[in-house]
Amino acid sequence: MNTTRAAWLFITPALIILGLFFLLPVVAALVLSVTDFDLYALADIRNLRFVALENYWLLLQRPLFWSALGHTVYFVVVGVPLSLGASLGAAMLLNSPLARFKPFFRTALFAPVVTTVVAVAVIWRYLFNTKYGLINYALDSIGMPTVDWLGDPHWAMPTIILFAVWKNFGYNMIIFMAGLQAIPADLYEAARIDGASAWAQFRHITLPMLKPTMLMVSILTVSGYFQLFAEPYVMTEGGPLQSTTSVLYLMYEEGFKWWNLGSASAVAFILFVIMFAVTAAMLRLSKRGEPA
Amino acid sequence: MSPRIAKAIINGLLFAAAAIAIAPLLYMVSVSFMTQGEASSLPPPVLPTHATLANYRQLFLNAGMGRYLFNSLLISTSITVISLAFNLMAGYAFAKLEFKGRARLFQLLLGALVIPAQVAMLPLFLLLKYMGLVNTYGAIIVPALATIFGVFLVRQYASGIPDDLMEAARIDGAGEFRIFATIIMPLLKPIMVTLAIFTFLAAWNDFMWPLIALTGQEHYTLPIALASLSREHVQDSELMMAGSVVTILPVLVLFLALQRYYLEGLLLGSVKG
Repeated sequence: MNTTRAAWLFITPALIILGLFFLLPVVAALVLSVTDFDLYALADIRNLRFVALENYWLLLQRPLFWSALGHTVYFVVVGVPLSLGASLGAAMLLNSPLARFKPFFRTALFAPVVTTVVAVAVIWRYLFNTKYGLINYALDSIGMPTVDWLGDPHWAMPTIILFAVWKNFGYNMIIFMAGLQAIPADLYEAARIDGASAWAQFRHITLPMLKPTMLMVSILTVSGYFQLFAEPYVMTEGGPLQSTTSVLYLMYEEGFKWWNLGSASAVAFILFVIMFAVTAAMLRLSKRGEPA
Repeated sequence: MSPRIAKAIINGLLFAAAAIAIAPLLYMVSVSFMTQGEASSLPPPVLPTHATLANYRQLFLNAGMGRYLFNSLLISTSITVISLAFNLMAGYAFAKLEFKGRARLFQLLLGALVIPAQVAMLPLFLLLKYMGLVNTYGAIIVPALATIFGVFLVRQYASGIPDDLMEAARIDGAGEFRIFATIIMPLLKPIMVTLAIFTFLAAWNDFMWPLIALTGQEHYTLPIALASLSREHVQDSELMMAGSVVTILPVLVLFLALQRYYLEGLLLGSVKG
């Protein structure tokens, strides 16, 4: 048998799966988003009408869409820097020659990453319980005011951000550790001889040398955080007062609760376009900062 | 600052961070052994006064947890085994077998990596409904049988295999499938383990797609069952913690046993997103 035929036999199963169950649906989503596909079309496809950009136009006029987008952007803008900060901090601590029991600490810090979001969200919902939660009890016992974490529209989103940072920071920590280990030790040696402080070493050696890692990790984290869904679904059901309804939560409700699949596809595409634009802008900005 | 103080600060901070990371998990285990209602008393108890297995018994006898555990195992194992085979074959072919359009096809796949999976979910649901797969195991398994990330990971790894190995086998008259099975597969073993853990964990922890595609309880995976139980039993903290233990424990144990491979894979996969 010749190699070309073998090659096609080898890649065909994967291509069929990816083509039929991913690429084709993506194209179909674009088509769906310019139709009024709803419960009636689901029952009988003859009820389907082409509506051009009406779904998009109507979405842009809905306050719920804008608030969902606002909550998602809030989650990304506050959550990503916190998450990256925690990851980098933990990685630097673990990377220090003074740190002990490194394998233990690394495993402990990474453990939340492999847990199931739903299961840990259930735990955190209990920890943040207004009446019986350990967190409010601890606040109360040191004389701080207690907070209605998941029941107060102003606090629900920050609570979900805290949860998400706890759950995810270990992932980037591992990548940052690899990045830190790749920085040549003589750079720090030379800086120390020149009398540079720890802060100066961090600013002038660690951060610039970590830049490629930082860029990659930021892009991955930003696109991951735009896909907020399971946390509000389990912890708050999008509430209170829809204060934790994210774009994907809106897509889910629009599509699978109200069966407005055309409108839901438009939501999905708008999210995709925003994610794409933000990623492209981050790549662009990082290139501009580089010396020519 | 003296090295001794620096050492104390660094290790103290690490200890505090590790405590924050695993305390909720330990607390979950503790509460899961409490008697009903105990977790909703003040002050919140840290350890059960009389440890009991009643919550686990109730989960498995009355709440169908055995069924959900079986579903999760079946779905995650099927996805892992079959997608591993498909991704290995495709990744190897993209790395080592010449054919027309190879580079362009691979570029197309890599380009598709930027598309979030949720964009495909609505038409995918319609497609599977048309195929009669909605609310079956197939609805979860079939679309996951190949991943761009998996093909990419294998291709990166397989590129390092020297061409001479395959050439020598071809001169000896071995067929391509034989070469793949007897020469290539053993060489790909490390990436197989890595990809298998990744796939299993992702399948086990997946939430949004099973939530959409499984409309009846009989096929629920653990995360879906837990989410639905926790809406019915909002006040039953002890029962929910036991449910969380059952959901988390298998993947946590798998990770602890094979973490070297998992962490290596994480770095391999992140070289280029």
